[in-house]
Order: sequence, then structure tokens, then C-alpha cells
Amino acid sequence: MNKFLMSGNFIIGEAAIRAGCRFYAGYPITPQNELTEYMAEHMRRAEGGVFLQSESEVAAINMIAGASAAGARVMTSSSSPGISLKQEGISSMAACELPGVIVNIMRGGPGLGNIRPSQGDYFQATRGGGHGDYRTMVFAPATCQELADLTMDAFDYADKYRTPVMILADGMMGQMMEPVIFKKPKPRQYPEKFMLRGAGDGKSKFIRGLLLDPIDSEEHNWKLARKYEVIVENETRHEEHLCDDADLAIVAYGTAARIAKGAIKRLQDSGMKVGLFRPITLWPFPEMKLRALSEKVKRFLVFEMSTGQMLDDVRLALQGYAQIDFHGRPGGAVPTPAELANVVARVYSKKAQTVY
Amino acid sequence: MVKIVSQRPKSLKDKIFHYCPGCGHSIVHRIMCEVIDEMDIRGITIGVPPAGCAVLAYNYFDVDMIEAPHGRGPAMASGIKRALPDRIVFSYQGDGDLAAIGIAESFHAANRGENITVIFINNAVYGMTGGQMAPTTMLNQRTTTSPDGRKQSLDGYPVKVSEIFSQLPGTTYIERCMVNSPAGVNKTKKAIRKAFQCQRDGLGFSLVEILSPCPTNWKMNTIDSCKWIDDVMSNVFPPGVFKDDIKARATEAAV
Repeated sequence: MNKFLMSGNFIIGEAAIRAGCRFYAGYPITPQNELTEYMAEHMRRAEGGVFLQSESEVAAINMIAGASAAGARVMTSSSSPGISLKQEGISSMAACELPGVIVNIMRGGPGLGNIRPSQGDYFQATRGGGHGDYRTMVFAPATCQELADLTMDAFDYADKYRTPVMILADGMMGQMMEPVIFKKPKPRQYPEKFMLRGAGDGKSKFIRGLLLDPIDSEEHNWKLARKYEVIVENETRHEEHLCDDADLAIVAYGTAARIAKGAIKRLQDSGMKVGLFRPITLWPFPEMKLRALSEKVKRFLVFEMSTGQMLDDVRLALQGYAQIDFHGRPGGAVPTPAELANVVARVYSKKAQTVY
Repeated sequence: MVKIVSQRPKSLKDKIFHYCPGCGHSIVHRIMCEVIDEMDIRGITIGVPPAGCAVLAYNYFDVDMIEAPHGRGPAMASGIKRALPDRIVFSYQGDGDLAAIGIAESFHAANRGENITVIFINNAVYGMTGGQMAPTTMLNQRTTTSPDGRKQSLDGYPVKVSEIFSQLPGTTYIERCMVNSPAGVNKTKKAIRKAFQCQRDGLGFSLVEILSPCPTNWKMNTIDSCKWIDDVMSNVFPPGVFKDDIKARATEAAV
């Protein structure tokens, strides 16, 4: 296996093409431009590959929806404000059960915010984001290797569950370089019966999101809900790092989890037993795994580059059985491991207590 | 021997239209299906109906169809066509869908010269939502959101889609027709056929704008609606061929 040294945005692009993505549409926005540029350069060289620079994020998501319906493996990417624009289309893809991968390289918000790494789109990503009763699977890579692996997996999950899947990373993940090995992609398993390719001599098909009869619409919503239950049941992923004898566990994902690992090293060196619980899927959130951990660990500190969004899911998971503290830096501020270590050390020695 | 002079096109499902009496949609659906039959392209055609009265078009067209969110038809059609270049792909849109909420998607699909066909129903009003002002509503025309008539000073001017889009070098064939008379219907059918043929020959973006009666929201009877298209609407939106680069493109393609 060859090892490549590439930046995060390039890795996502390369992994997507290797996974058989043959249709990409996107609109420039920092800090994910390198991904769009990578696709422009490489997608058109892949056999049957289509790259389309769209006039807007709104158009991009609908272009991939069309290509997905036509049977292509599809992806679009953007950053926070652009993802807001895509929500109409993501809701529509969820309703029409169209597979596709959406990459959000998050930046500071709300509004135009700034172009620094942030994690303020957790709610948007994990609660569906657009209108209506739906969810999207959300993967939160924390290393360049995971960017490659999870991007490839995202296409398989999108097909398996016929649903849009999101890669939620941030400007730091998009820009940083690490060595990466691209795994061998699985062959695509997506039946032709779900594709719209012209009726031929057979019966015509239609794909729709509008169900005027409330009972039909209700049943469609329940059908989606049943699918989401299966995803919750089977597809959560997480990592536990030094949790076995920990007195306190930090709960963090993505870039924040990387910072947490740096902080943990410092804290362990000073004799504090601190571990990390890192959700890899944000939806479905590894709720039962975190609850199980609370049988061993009684204190948790949620750390996010936001004012506290995943915090809600941690509260729901722990249901008051453990003490929860929080540290956050929103708006594009990226804390150092030393800063986090200081915060955790104060909580660890019970000098500070913010029970959520 | 019995000679068949008229029958339901094969591509048109045997269903009763939900459209109001005197509405142009059902006429346009039928002539589109006649063209699809005549060209024998039912099996390779994929249609994209809009949000609006024609949202249920898949109940009538017996071809593969996918509903687009409001205004996004040309973006979706672009995606389908780029993924499946040998299929015939059309986007069916109303005036709000094309000229208001979806103007960007429509304009840029045209500007890219996407090899798709847009069937544009212009009835100067938002039909499905109950008769609000559309981008193509005429000056002084009363609607539920322009109760004193459309005022240029408040609401701007009616958008002339065919005129504007014909300025884009990416477009190949653009014609405006009317379905308020048998002659108009025949002419519209010819235009649709020409547009589909243009796409089939790989010659680029085609758009047929169709002035279409909406008696319910115009608050007129069906006959007056047809007259109003002749007397009022067609003065603002004159019918005609606005762009026909089919021969030039064909020559280019041959070279």
C-alpha cells in the first residue's frame, strides 16, 4: 500500500474518486476550495467523471440530486454558510431517498462568521438541518487517515440506507497534512431499480418528495423513521482513549478531539487519570456506549469549538448519572492543548464545577 | 375499416387531469406526449416537473420523472443529463419557478448551454398558491398580492424570459408560443418537437415559452381567457422565434 502525504481537502477528493464518485458539483467557499479544485482537476480524468462548478450551493445540491437519481455516485462540498444554502436540497434528498455525500468543512459562524476552523454546525448536521422529519448520517473524522476512510465509507452508507450522508470536518482538518493510505474500496451495491434512467420498454418510475395525502405522507415519514432506527441501532462508531481507569473523560470530536489528546498527554504526565471518549458518528450519536462508560467514569468534560452543542447529546446520553462540565471556544477560536489541560486540571481537582 | 383520427398518446397515462377547466397545462402535457410518441423517445426520456400546479405531472406523463424543489429543475436536469448524456431530459416550469425563485438555476443552465429542454408555462400568475403576482404578471394586472394592479414603481416589470435568454450565447433554440387556439396549439407542438429534436441532435439548450390560460386565477371564463392572451398578454409577450441557431450549431458540430 502506498502512503501519500496530502492535505485534508485533497484527501477527501481522492478518496471520493477512488470510491467511485463520478459526479461532483460545488461552489467556491473557504476553507474548502482545495477540494473543489481537486475535483476539477481529477474528476474529469476519471472515466465517466463529471465536474460541474455550479452557480450556487443551491444549484450544486440539486445537480447532485439529479445525478444521484440517474444512478451516479455523487458528492458536493462546502463550508458552513454554503451548507445552510444546501439544506433545502438535503431535505429533498432525504425525502426522495437519494444517496449522496455532502462535505462540510466548518468555519466560524453564525452568519458569514470567519474562515477559521469551528464546530458550530453540530446542531444543523445532527438534527437534519433542513425542514421536516429527517436525519442525515454524520461522520466526524479526526485524522487525515479517517478523512480518507470515512469518505469512502460514507458512499457505502449513503447507498445502503439511500440517504444523504455528511462528512463534518473543519478548516483545520481540511488544511492540515498527514500521511494517508487509501484502502481498497468495496464494489458498489446499489440496485438499478432505484435509478431513474428512462423507462425503456418497461413501466415508468417517478421519484417525489411531495405527498399531498397526509396519511401517505405520514406513512412515508414513519418509513424514514424506521430506517433511521436501524441506523441508530447498528451504525454508531466511537473511540475510547485511556478510558479504562480514568477518573474523568473528555468528550470531543474532530479537531477538538485532537486537541484533547494533546491535553490528555500533559495531564497524564502530571499523574491525572484523564481519558477521551470520541464520537466518530455524530448522528447516530454513540449514546449507549457513552452511557456504558458512565458506569466506570463518573466525571465528563465536553469540549467543543462551539458554545456547547454536542453537550446536549452528552446530557441525553448520561441522563444525570454523571457529572458533566463543559469547555468551549466558538467563532473560529482554536484552543491549545495547554489551555484545555489547565481547564481539565481545575475540574479534575474539583476547584471548578459547572454541572450541566 | 375504421380509421383512427385521434387517440390518447401512448406516453400520456389514462388519467383525468386535476387541472382546472380551461387551464393550458393539460393541453401542453398532451402535445408533449404526442411529440414523445412521434419521436419514439418515451423509453429514454426523463422529465423534471416543478413545484406549482404541474407538480403532479408524473401522474400524467408515462416517462421517468423526478420532482425538483421549487425552481431547481434546470440544476437537477443538468445533473441527470450530465450523468446520462444520451437521454432526453426536460424541465417543465412555471413562471414563478423559472423567472423568480429559479432564475439563477435556469439562467446558468442556459448559459452553460446544457443540452436539455425547458418547457416554460407562462400564465402571468402563481396558479397553485391561489393567484399571487408572478414575475411575468403584467403592469396593472390585478392579483391577490397586487390588488391595485402591478405597479412598476413598487413591483418592477414583467420578466421577458425568451428575450433575455436568447441573448445568452449558450442557448440554441428559443420560441414563444400560445395555446389559446387550435392554430396556436399546433404551432406550440411544432416548437416542442423542434426543441426535443435539437436536444436529440446534441445541439444544446432549448426553451419553449408557452402563454397559457389560467381562468381560475384570472377570474375570467375560458373564452375570455383565450381572448385576453390575444388582446393583452401577447402584446407584452409577443410570440415568435427568438433564437434559432440549430443550423449553425449543426454545421459547427459537423466540422
